[in-house]
Order: sequence, then structure tokens, then C-alpha cells
Amino acid sequence: MTPPTDKPRAAADTLRGGPRRRRVRTGVPLPLLIPALTGLAFLIVPLIALLVRTPWHSLPEQLTSADVWQALRLSLVSATAATAVCLVLGVPLAWLLARVDFPGRGLVRALVTLPLVLPPVVGGVALLMALGRNGIVGQWLDAWFGITLPFTTAGVVIAEAFVAMPFLVISVEGTLRAADRRYEEAAATLGASRFTAFRRVTLPLIAPGIAAGAVLAWARALGEFGATITFAGNFPGRTQTMPLAVYLALQSDPEAAIALSLVLLAVSIAVLAGLRDRWMSAG
Amino acid sequence: MTRTVRRIRRPLQGAAVGAVALLALSACSSSGPDSSAKPDSSGSGKLSGEVTVFAAASLKESFTTLGKQFEKEHPGTKVTFSFGGSDSLAASITGGAPADVFASASPRTMKIVTDAGDASGAPVTFVRNELEIATLPGNPAKISSLKDLTEAGLKVVLCDKEVPCGAAAQKALDASGLKLTPVSYEQDVKAALTKVELKEADAAVVYKTDVRAAGDKVEGVPFPESADAVNDYPITLLKDAPNTEAAEAFIALVRSAEGQEVLSGAGFLKP
Repeated sequence: MTPPTDKPRAAADTLRGGPRRRRVRTGVPLPLLIPALTGLAFLIVPLIALLVRTPWHSLPEQLTSADVWQALRLSLVSATAATAVCLVLGVPLAWLLARVDFPGRGLVRALVTLPLVLPPVVGGVALLMALGRNGIVGQWLDAWFGITLPFTTAGVVIAEAFVAMPFLVISVEGTLRAADRRYEEAAATLGASRFTAFRRVTLPLIAPGIAAGAVLAWARALGEFGATITFAGNFPGRTQTMPLAVYLALQSDPEAAIALSLVLLAVSIAVLAGLRDRWMSAG
Repeated sequence: MTRTVRRIRRPLQGAAVGAVALLALSACSSSGPDSSAKPDSSGSGKLSGEVTVFAAASLKESFTTLGKQFEKEHPGTKVTFSFGGSDSLAASITGGAPADVFASASPRTMKIVTDAGDASGAPVTFVRNELEIATLPGNPAKISSLKDLTEAGLKVVLCDKEVPCGAAAQKALDASGLKLTPVSYEQDVKAALTKVELKEADAAVVYKTDVRAAGDKVEGVPFPESADAVNDYPITLLKDAPNTEAAEAFIALVRSAEGQEVLSGAGFLKP
């Protein structure tokens, strides 16, 4: 819902000769306050419930168990590797979308954004059809190089990169569009090639945007569940990331699931704190 | 429309949107006893309303058939199924999911529900199921025994140990003293089978009934150790069943000669 504009009224005011005095009402109308508070409670209560139900007495042993560390380590390593993949492939892609005017650019941008809105499990099925041992690309990987990706840690990284890359591309592209292009042009007039200008001028200019995009992508990769379990399966230490461990633990040992969830919650809060000055300084 | 009216309507719209959101949220959580019609007081035994059945993934084909039969025999009823790993089903029942009937693939998972006091009466075993190896069509890896699965270079998937088919597979492996490292522990038996159907894995240890249900997409290899790990399937009425009468009738159908015929046809063993 767009806020009402005061244009017609402003026009009417000028006709009447100057704005009318209106009493400024402070205070929040009840019809807004009630849904607002409900919405706030809806978002916060589940997290509080997680803290309330945490088995604090057994938490230390839960968190020091080998399984938890195995899953956490795999999660951190694969999310970081996925972010690296996103950076290597995503930043140039974002640059292409922001700086090169080619036909069909809008369509390409839409396609790049698609994994962002695609249900992750669909992404997993799509990856399986493409890169599985029997997939349209995967069968050649298997035949020529003997590489099979499903059920491997590399498969986890691919699944995570697939869902996380759009975050990075969109974030970096937005920064590029907002960046002042005159610096690049100045570099060009001073004889720098386009690549040199990108490396020495553009990259430092958009570094904060890249960092924010990378953190977002990393957080998204860390929480990836659907695509991972579909494409990479579930094997402790190899493909069982934290979200998979949480899901399977919930079926047999809810306390362990809560403890694992708490770790992920802490990581998420840390990410948010890291992005604080970009996202929460609007107030 | 005058300006004053418009100014009043906006907050109301906001309130309406808020109310709709609230309703939508509460609708998600309502267990909806109103969704199942009450049995009529005349006691004529005419059933109606919805029966919600939580059943192990391996029962998918046979129960779907039985559900259709039930609806045909009792017009006005509707059988809704939720198939999945017995463990996650048990967890959602103890977590308060609204269901009438629970059919699980192992006494252990049924025990989770009875221990939580969510079952009504004692569960009964209605079928048994045996394990089989599912291989690619034509069995290119020439798998003929459980031991063949331990060969290097074979991609084998098992069910997760928390799920009955995984526990049974582990039991069979232990009984034969074999160590098998799969490439994945899947969350339920159908997920394990799918990996073979998609040719992503070379073999999976699943139920005989799943191999049969998959038709020619996979090939079944029986193995003698499966006798050490035959799974009993218990079924029970749930205590908070919204539609007790229809639920009891559905359980009766499953246990009747007619129901057993469908189940045997799917490859289940008699209890």
C-alpha cells in the first residue's frame, strides 16, 4: 500500500491561500498498533521459545559432542567455500549486468534472480538433473573425468552456491549502479584498460557492497537445507551440514536439535551484528 | 467519496489487513475439529468427514489404494494421508499434529507415540515387511548378496538409522557381520529408492514392497539376512482423533481380508 500523497491537498491549499492549520496528532492509531505488535510478537516469540526450551544443563555436553562439531565444521567450511565460488563467479557477473548494455539484459537479470525465489528443494532437483551422475552435464563429467558430485562435499558446496549466488550478484550489482562512474572514466582517460580500471578503481570502490553481499550469501549458504539434502544426500562428516543435523536430530533427540539450532541462531545474530551499520542504521 | 470518509477508511483497511493476517496465522494452527463432521447421533453408523492417516512411506501405494476403497464404501468420507519417515511422523504426532490413525514401520517408532500417551488402545501389527536390495535395472553391478554391497566403488544408499528401514538394514548387516559405508543416509525409504531410480546410486537397501512399487525402474535382489530383520508394522487409533468412528472403520478395513489382499499384493507379509 502506498502512502497517500498530499499533492491534491497541497494544490487545494495554495488555492485557498496558504496551508490550513491542522492539529498534529501524535500517538499511534489502534488499528495500526495491534497488528504491528502481533507481527512483532510473531517474529520474536519463536526465538524466545527456543531459548526458554534450551536444555541449559546438558548444553555443554551437547555442544561438545563430536557429531555437533563435525556438522558445524562441515557447515562452516562448505558455506565459506560456497561464498568463495559466489565471489569468483558472481562479482564479474554483477559487473556484466551493471556495466555492459547487451540485448536481453533484463531477462538475464531475471534468470540470475530466479534461484533467490525458487524453493531450494526444487533447486536441488534441478541440480540433480543437471549435475547428477545421470544428469545432462553430470554424465559427461562422470564419463570424461570420473567426477560425480552427488553425495560429496563438493556437491554440498555447489548446492549452497546455487542458492546463495543471487544474493551476492544483486547486492554487488546495486552497489555498482550506485557507484560513481566518473572515477572509472577518469582512469580510462589516463590510459588504464577496462580491466585495470575494474581492478584498481571499481573494486576498491564497491568493496563494502561486495563484503555485505558475501556475508549475506554466506548466511544463506549456512542455512541451506532443501537443495543440500536433495542433491548431496546426508552423510555425517561429508554432507551432513548443521541444518540436516537439526532436522534428523529432531526425530530422535529434540534436545540435541534445540542445542544445534541455538548454535545456528548465535551465528545468525553474529551475521546481523556484522551487517548492523548497513541495515539497522536506518532509524 | 468525500475526503473525511477516505481518511477514516485507511486505518480500517490497515486493521482489516491485520485481521486477515491474524486469521491466516491462526488458521495454520487450528486443528480444525470442525473439518470432520460429527458422526450422527442416530447411531446408524453412517460415516462422514475426513480421516487423517499418518503412515510410513513404504505404505504409500497400498494405503492410497485402500483410501480410495474406503471412500467408495463410505460416501461422504475423505481419507487424507501424510506419508513420511515413521520417526518424523511420530515426532509430529507427539508434537500435537492432528491425526486419526498412525501406521508405522516399526514397533520402536510406534512406542514413541504410545509412550507419549497419544495412542488410544494398544497398537496391532497388521503386516510385516522384508528388506531387499534395489539395484539399477539389469543389475549392471552384478549384485547378488549383501556382501557385494561392501565392494569399493559402489554407491550405496541406506535409510538413516533413525528410520525403521535404516534400523532394519543395520540389523541385517550386523547379523551378517558386514561393515557397509553408504554414500548417504536418506531421511526415508522412498528417498533412498529415488536415488537408485535416478541412477545416482548403484543400490539401496529398501523394502521388498518398495522395489515392487517402483516397477521396472529398479531391480530387486533378495538376500537371506533379511530374515533377521523383518519389520512389524503396527497401526493404532490416536487419542485425540478428530474423527474416531471413521478412523476405526479405516483400521478395520486395513485389517480385513480385503485390506490384507491389497497389502499382500504390494509384497507385504502376513502378520
